[in-house]
This record gives sequence, structure tokens and C-alpha cells, in this order.
Amino acid sequence: MIKTGNIIKVGIADANTVLSPDTIRTSGLGSCVGVILYDERSKKAGLVHIMLPDSSLARSGEINPAKFADTGISYLIEMLSIPTSRLKAKLAGGAQMFQFAGQKDTMRIGPRNVEAVKKVLNSYKIKIISEDTGGSSGRTIEFDPASCLLHIRTVNIGEKVI
Amino acid sequence: MSYDEEITAYQLDILKEIGNIGAGNAATALSSLLSTKVDMAVPHVKVVSFDEMMDIAGGPENVVVSVFLRIEGEMTGSMFFILSTQQAESFIRTLTKNPSFCFDEIGESEIGLSALQEMGNILSGSYLSSLSDFTNLNLYPTVPAIAIDMAGAIISFGLVELSQAGDKVIVIDTELTDEGKHQAGANGQFFLLPDPESFKILFRSLGVD
Repeated sequence: MIKTGNIIKVGIADANTVLSPDTIRTSGLGSCVGVILYDERSKKAGLVHIMLPDSSLARSGEINPAKFADTGISYLIEMLSIPTSRLKAKLAGGAQMFQFAGQKDTMRIGPRNVEAVKKVLNSYKIKIISEDTGGSSGRTIEFDPASCLLHIRTVNIGEKVI
Repeated sequence: MSYDEEITAYQLDILKEIGNIGAGNAATALSSLLSTKVDMAVPHVKVVSFDEMMDIAGGPENVVVSVFLRIEGEMTGSMFFILSTQQAESFIRTLTKNPSFCFDEIGESEIGLSALQEMGNILSGSYLSSLSDFTNLNLYPTVPAIAIDMAGAIISFGLVELSQAGDKVIVIDTELTDEGKHQAGANGQFFLLPDPESFKILFRSLGVD
């Protein structure tokens, strides 16, 4: 298959949108969660790279909405400007990168991020079509809005498509 | 104003000196551990975005071997010792006296990773004990954890605390080179990422406010 589109890159605590034939990608997700929201009809999609579960954790006044699950998903919905009833979700990330004895709450940030993302998606009644979360490996993900497939690459496991 | 905007050039120089002393001790420890000459570059202290932080470690997808620990006590923060896989393999070969050690071969990994963890323990311990002596602060490192994965996935974990206070990170970055044996690019890097509240404590302990 010949790829004709560009790859839109999304950094950490960042969000962007994509229209087919372009694809959208974020690299090195660890405890962070990459959330894809997509609309099959318009072939438009968005990706937000979420670092933390809740904006109430923020200790400074001005916050970057893409950083938190609660603000990041609504921020992406706004960027897409597509009714939430047409949006579907795929997600990846939320790994536990390091194993420590006697883990504190901040040490299990990956699972907490996944829980928070699911709660927010549920509040918008956005269905999660597939996910690849947890584990202890970093992930690089790329979504193609034409096929609505999410390609996931991990260092130790290899590639998969969900 | 967030913490990263309040730091003066003078204070950055002091942080650089902290990196100099800490990593200098770690380099000496590494040198005697491997019985080889270890060089250390002048530390960099930078205020960078999260994405720039990943770039310092070779890009978010770059696969690295990392020893990570949390600093607890009167000052808190995260510390990473990051190596390329080739450099880590070379260290393990020297430490375990097994010239054929390779990460790809499972079965040999356990003793190799254990050796690497011990090395991480010694190096970060010597970094932190000199920091503790210098500042007169009581510091307790957690037992180091090891991961071999994408730099982005590894380092973002150390940014969890910092990211609650802002979108920038102050990194004290020191590079170690195993002189003579390796090509450029196959070096070790120490990253010291103090938590935001720790800067005031750090500067106060040194009599600069």
C-alpha cells in the first residue's frame, strides 16, 4: 500500500486532529494514555496524550488542558467539533514502567490514568471500540482515520493493530 | 509565576555545581568499578519543555537502558541514569566478566540486569551522598528500578510529580564517557530532576535565597 498522507505528530501533554489521508501519531507512551477520538463518516480523528488523571492535581494557576484526563478529552472534543454521539474511542498506554516495593499512589499513575480516561469517556457516552492498556512496556501509536485502525509498536512485544 | 520562571542565572550556576559534584563522585565510583578511565562532561542545567526533555535523552522512541530512583527526605526528586543498550551491554560484560552478554538472549539477562542494578545503586548512591554532604540535607534514595524501553515512556514517569506544578522541567544533565573504549554517542547520562518544592530547600541549604 502506498501512503500518501503526512504524519501529524503529537507531543507529550499535547493534542491535535487529523483528516484522512493523513495519520496521527504519538511516541513513547509510558504511564501516559493516548486517547483517539474518531468519526468514521468524516474520516476525521483527534489524539490527546494525557499525563495525569485529574486537573485538581495541578498546583499552578494556569493549566494545559491536554495534560489531564478530565480536561484533555473535552478539549479534544472541542477541537474536533463533531457531535459526541458520532465519536468513537480507542486508547493505548497506562503502563507501569517500573516495579517498586511499597508503591505510593503516584507510582501507579498508569492505571489511574486509564481509569480516569474511561470515566470521562463514559460521561460523554463515547464508546471505547478497542484498547491496549496496562502492562510494563512503552508504546508508540499511530492512527489512520481512513481505516480507523490504531497501530501500536512496543519495544519488547512488537507490533499490533487494534 | 511558576517555579521555573523564578530561577535566576546565579541559581542555575549553583545547580550546575551540584551536578558537577554529584556526577563527579559517580564517575569516580564507575571508574573504580570498571577499572577504566571515565570522563565526565561539564553538566548542563536547562529549563526545558517535556518534549525537549525527551530529546535530551535521544528522542521519545529511542530505546535506552535506565536506572531510576526517587529521592526522599528533606528534598525530593527523581533521578535517572540512562545508557544506550550497547553501552549497558558493555558495562555488564565488564562487571560479570562475561564477554558474550547480550540483551537479546534471555536466560543471561537476570544476572546481567542484577549487575546493572547494582551499578545503578552504587553510582546514584555516590551522586546522592555527595549531594547530601554538600547541602547538609538528609536524602534517602529508594532502591533503584531498571527498565529497558523507549526514553519517552521511561522519562515521562519521572515527570509525574513535576507535571503537577507546571509544563517545564529543570534538568541537571551530566554525561559520562567510558574513555577510549567507545564511539561517541554511546555514553551514560545522569538526569537529576528535583521536585518543584525542592528548589527553595536546596537553595536555602546553601545560603542562597
